[in-house]
Amino acid sequence: MEPARMVGAPGGSAATLPDVSAPATTPGPAIVTSRVTKTFGHVTALSNLTVEMPAGVVGLVGANGAGKSTLIKILLGLLPPTSGEATILGMDATTQGLAIRQLVGYMPESDCLPPDVSATELVVHLARMSGLPGAAARERAADTLRHVGLYEERYRPIGGYSTGMKQRVKLAQALVHDPRLVLLDEPTNGLDPAGRDEMLDLIRRIGNDFGISVLVTSHLLGELERIADHIVVIEGGVLQRSTSTADATALSGVMVVEVTDRGPEVLARLRAAGAAVDAADDGSNLFTLTQPDEAVLDAVASVAAELGVGLVRMQRRRHHLTEMFREGAA
Amino acid sequence: MSSQPIVPAVPAQPAAAEDVIHDIGFRHYDGVRFGRGWIVRSLLVDTLRGIFGLGRPARAKVMPWILVGILLAPPLVVALVAVLTGATSLPITYTEYLSRLWLPIALFVAGSAPYAVSRDLRYGVLPLYMSRPMVRTDYVWARYGGLAIAMFLITAGPQTLLLIGALLAKMPVGDQLTGWLGGLLASAVLAVLLSAIGLVIAAFTPRRGLGVAAIITTLLVVQGISEALSRVARLQGATTWAVLAGAIDPSRLVDGLAAKILDVTPASQFAPTTGGEVAVFVLVYVVLVAGAGALLLRRYRKAGRL
Repeated sequence: MEPARMVGAPGGSAATLPDVSAPATTPGPAIVTSRVTKTFGHVTALSNLTVEMPAGVVGLVGANGAGKSTLIKILLGLLPPTSGEATILGMDATTQGLAIRQLVGYMPESDCLPPDVSATELVVHLARMSGLPGAAARERAADTLRHVGLYEERYRPIGGYSTGMKQRVKLAQALVHDPRLVLLDEPTNGLDPAGRDEMLDLIRRIGNDFGISVLVTSHLLGELERIADHIVVIEGGVLQRSTSTADATALSGVMVVEVTDRGPEVLARLRAAGAAVDAADDGSNLFTLTQPDEAVLDAVASVAAELGVGLVRMQRRRHHLTEMFREGAA
Repeated sequence: MSSQPIVPAVPAQPAAAEDVIHDIGFRHYDGVRFGRGWIVRSLLVDTLRGIFGLGRPARAKVMPWILVGILLAPPLVVALVAVLTGATSLPITYTEYLSRLWLPIALFVAGSAPYAVSRDLRYGVLPLYMSRPMVRTDYVWARYGGLAIAMFLITAGPQTLLLIGALLAKMPVGDQLTGWLGGLLASAVLAVLLSAIGLVIAAFTPRRGLGVAAIITTLLVVQGISEALSRVARLQGATTWAVLAGAIDPSRLVDGLAAKILDVTPASQFAPTTGGEVAVFVLVYVVLVAGAGALLLRRYRKAGRL
């Protein structure tokens, strides 16, 4: 094991960062499904789903029962689609399940951790179950647990862990064998807001710093748009939208202005200057300008100066995916 | 790296990069990845080790090793007595041993089978296995194989101790070796059956304590019923039925098969004698093992879904 590892860091020097080498993802799309349909008796879980998901972080959004978990099982090669084809990392999900599962990690949505073993024991064992030899399994388990933020507690039985720590263990076991892609099923489930933010940060790091492609599901679009490069929305097993986050959140023509004080007066003067201002008219110090030109922007500055109030911000607003989908649905 | 020679000079050089811990980020793994066969073998060895408490906390070692001690004690005494008194034959045959020490053997399978399967079922751990390069039946085979090997070891060990005693007491080598090999065969046949039964019961009682109780209860109750039926049948003069009632008790089933096939003295007074009776015993054995296997796979077809 040792010599192989040293290749990544010649001379043991810290100057070499192994993850600088191109991300371990293929240049093409990571996941392609073509007319995938899955029915269970009378229930249709997925209907004619054709979608391409690029490498990087992809968010899969849908309500409970939208077909997200069914899609993941098909991609892992554990559930044959009723019809259609799915490829993941260029491998056919229906025939190459074993090869896929060697290079893909999976974090289940459900509770899946035995309480009487420590995180270290469990992750080492599961690394071996992915085919890693003993020494490599131990080394990578320690590394991976550290990366997900579990330190001394990893030697204690999992039974005593908080929900956040358990989610980290579930994430660690999905990463321990250095997959090229991980499928994360509702990783933020049951977490408090702070824990949710930490988990989302971690997922973003997996995609950006670790160079591992991510497919992450959630029923909340808002949290995925923060971290995903690409968003896929399904509902009732039907594809609603598949779009790059950058396109979707391009700059809008709206500018947000906030002043420290005397909001209504500023508002009145700006309106007098001919600016199209939107405000709640509740005496707040926050309002938006629609399609402001140079003159309007100058007016904002001079009005603030005249009234002696401070400008907190003048910011071009980005679209939120949420709005776009709301419009799309309407 | 550790081969660096001891250089006492230049002590204050920060260039000693090896003394500093750097966060070098997420490291990728480009070493070997073993396939399915290796993974199944690993899981089997893990199961086997875990059954004997190896790699688990001290309290997990108590029960299995107490039972192993109980199983080894009689052969040890027999061997000592044989050596000291210069006996010309063992007071117990190799196959008889399995019936005489039925209780600790049954307790061992009752303690081990739930360890092998209950935890994964109860806490939903299976998705973590199924999302790895193996298939559902691999998992079942590995768990079953580990348990069956453990069951074989705990009976083959004492039988071997008996053989050593017999050889030290200068008993005829040929006879003893034949008897011992027959004993090992009976142990293997018993291990296959008992592990299958134990695993099925454990797989349907995901709570570990309940599983232990269910297995031991089943084995002892079945034995009681079987024995009672045989006695009643004999009182009624139905000797064939008295023999056949023994087929439902795994202990007597294997004892009867071993006695007939290996031509040794049966431990039970109701051992099969006619060809028809033996055929029924063989049939019951096959049906029990195959049925248990089918039930297990069915159980995991459900549980193995993510």
